Amino acid sequence: MRIFIIKEFLQIFRDTRSMIILFGIPIVQVLLFGFALKTDMKDVNIAVLDQSKDVYSQELTRKILSSEYFNLSSNLSSSKEIEDEFKKGKIREVLVYGEHFGEDLIKNGRADVQIITDASDPNSANIVYSYTQAIINDYLKEINNTAQPIAQIKPITQMRYNKELKSVFMFVPGVITVILMLVSSMMTSISITREKELGTMEILLVSPVKPWQIIIGKVIPYVLLSFVSAVIILLLSYFVFHMPFSGSLLLLLSVTLLFIVLALSLGVFISTVSKTQQVAMLMSMFALLLPTILLSGFIFPIKNMPVILQWISHLMPPKWFVIIIKNIIIKGNGFAVIWKEILILIGMTVFFIVLSIKKFKIRLE
Amino acid sequence: MKQVVVKDLVKRFGRFVANDHLSFEVEKGEIFGFLGANGAGKTTAIKILCGLSAPTSGEVNIAGFDIYKQREKIKQNIGYMSQKFSLYNDLSIAENIRFYGGIYGLSKKTIQEKTEEYIARLGLQEFTKSMVVELPLGVKQKLAFLVAILHNPAIVFLDEPTGGVDPITRRQFWEMIYQEADAGKTLFVTTHYMDEAEYCHRVSIMVDGKIEALDTPENLKKQFGVESVEKVFVKLARA
Repeated sequence: MRIFIIKEFLQIFRDTRSMIILFGIPIVQVLLFGFALKTDMKDVNIAVLDQSKDVYSQELTRKILSSEYFNLSSNLSSSKEIEDEFKKGKIREVLVYGEHFGEDLIKNGRADVQIITDASDPNSANIVYSYTQAIINDYLKEINNTAQPIAQIKPITQMRYNKELKSVFMFVPGVITVILMLVSSMMTSISITREKELGTMEILLVSPVKPWQIIIGKVIPYVLLSFVSAVIILLLSYFVFHMPFSGSLLLLLSVTLLFIVLALSLGVFISTVSKTQQVAMLMSMFALLLPTILLSGFIFPIKNMPVILQWISHLMPPKWFVIIIKNIIIKGNGFAVIWKEILILIGMTVFFIVLSIKKFKIRLE
Repeated sequence: MKQVVVKDLVKRFGRFVANDHLSFEVEKGEIFGFLGANGAGKTTAIKILCGLSAPTSGEVNIAGFDIYKQREKIKQNIGYMSQKFSLYNDLSIAENIRFYGGIYGLSKKTIQEKTEEYIARLGLQEFTKSMVVELPLGVKQKLAFLVAILHNPAIVFLDEPTGGVDPITRRQFWEMIYQEADAGKTLFVTTHYMDEAEYCHRVSIMVDGKIEALDTPENLKKQFGVESVEKVFVKLARA
């Protein structure tokens, strides 16, 4: 078995194409998604509801508007208008000052300003908010140089329409899933069918090596390499794009490993039913990769799909994996919350392993 | 001692009968030629003998072991070279030998010795670092043969080993086959080069799944009153 693993590694490392799929594509994908989602802010239209109209509130508004990032779309006179303004789609943020903004700031040393953003585009909502906050902090520094009690302005944010900011960094779970699916199942199915096509599989089957040893020997290198690939994606997201990470790393890695094994068993299954590398590749593409991208909830929210597609999506292993890692990475949830999904993945893994073993033909009829 | 004993071997694929009641025996040290046109059922039969395919019915005994009950024992005792080139193109000569030696459980020392021996025997000293893909086709075939007998099997099955190889290399290849037969190995060879049939100790000729003739090349020629095995073959195929 060791000899198998060594041989497989040698072959993978010598094949430029495999190396590109294993490491090039993941890195490029993460960088592409990461930078594409990092939209630059300029001339964002905002509305202001100033119920205080004192020196401080007007000064802060002026400061925000004088930056190159924000344009004043309208001054509102009551909170009822906020909803209408958002619905018109012209503005992405509303600043709301309470009635006693300046008074609070001077007397109590602290005042609240409410920042309401349109989170239907969650990524830009987040950016708009952080820019606003930065300007407010700037303003605070200025007034604290003169004012005697150190003043505080506490921004209270409200993300409208998508309170949890569901898709910020959603690309990370998505990319990991797609890559693991691609690498694990496509590469293994291709590498097994390649041996069939070349005729080396016959030689192996004539030898005293057991079929399960052949499969394990084929699969282990890909388990390791896929795992490294997944870790690279996580590291890039964390260090280059500052993805928040709140869950358990150990849990994340073990679930990732579980998903890799699942994807590999799918790959082995595909290789048992396809005779040539091309067939294996097409099958992985259409039976695995496209459903992974389209039906896993990675790009298109499952909730908005027609009921039939929602049902089909339940059968997609990636869907459950996306849910799991979303929970771990973004929400910081632990095993207690996601054990059901993990159980589903384990069930699917066992199912496909058993199926592949049954299907793997010891005798090449 | 009989190395291959086949009695009433039948292989059906649905309604198509690929092997129709084959019976033959091969002695130790014999070079047994297994001839037939493409689609006559040669490869099907050789796959059954190697354990790659299950017979529909009939008895098969290889190296004294029963094909139904003692497959693992058979596997240790046979070598197989398929019509497809069976070495890994993206591994070097030594890596190929190490891999195939490894799956037969040979020791590191044996593998090392065999590697040196093979490289010397084929004169491949300048190719030790290169990948197998860079070798000339004839050399690749000879190397594949040597790798097939790496674990010193009692019987070697060669399925069209000289396909696409030039006449000189074919000649050299057959010299290697003779060497192994002299050393006591049994060689079971399929081919459709009729001149190669003359090199075999005995040949069987298959037509449409049946063995139509089985004897030494000399006897076959006498029996059919022709001067070459090729003509025997043509006569049988047209009948």
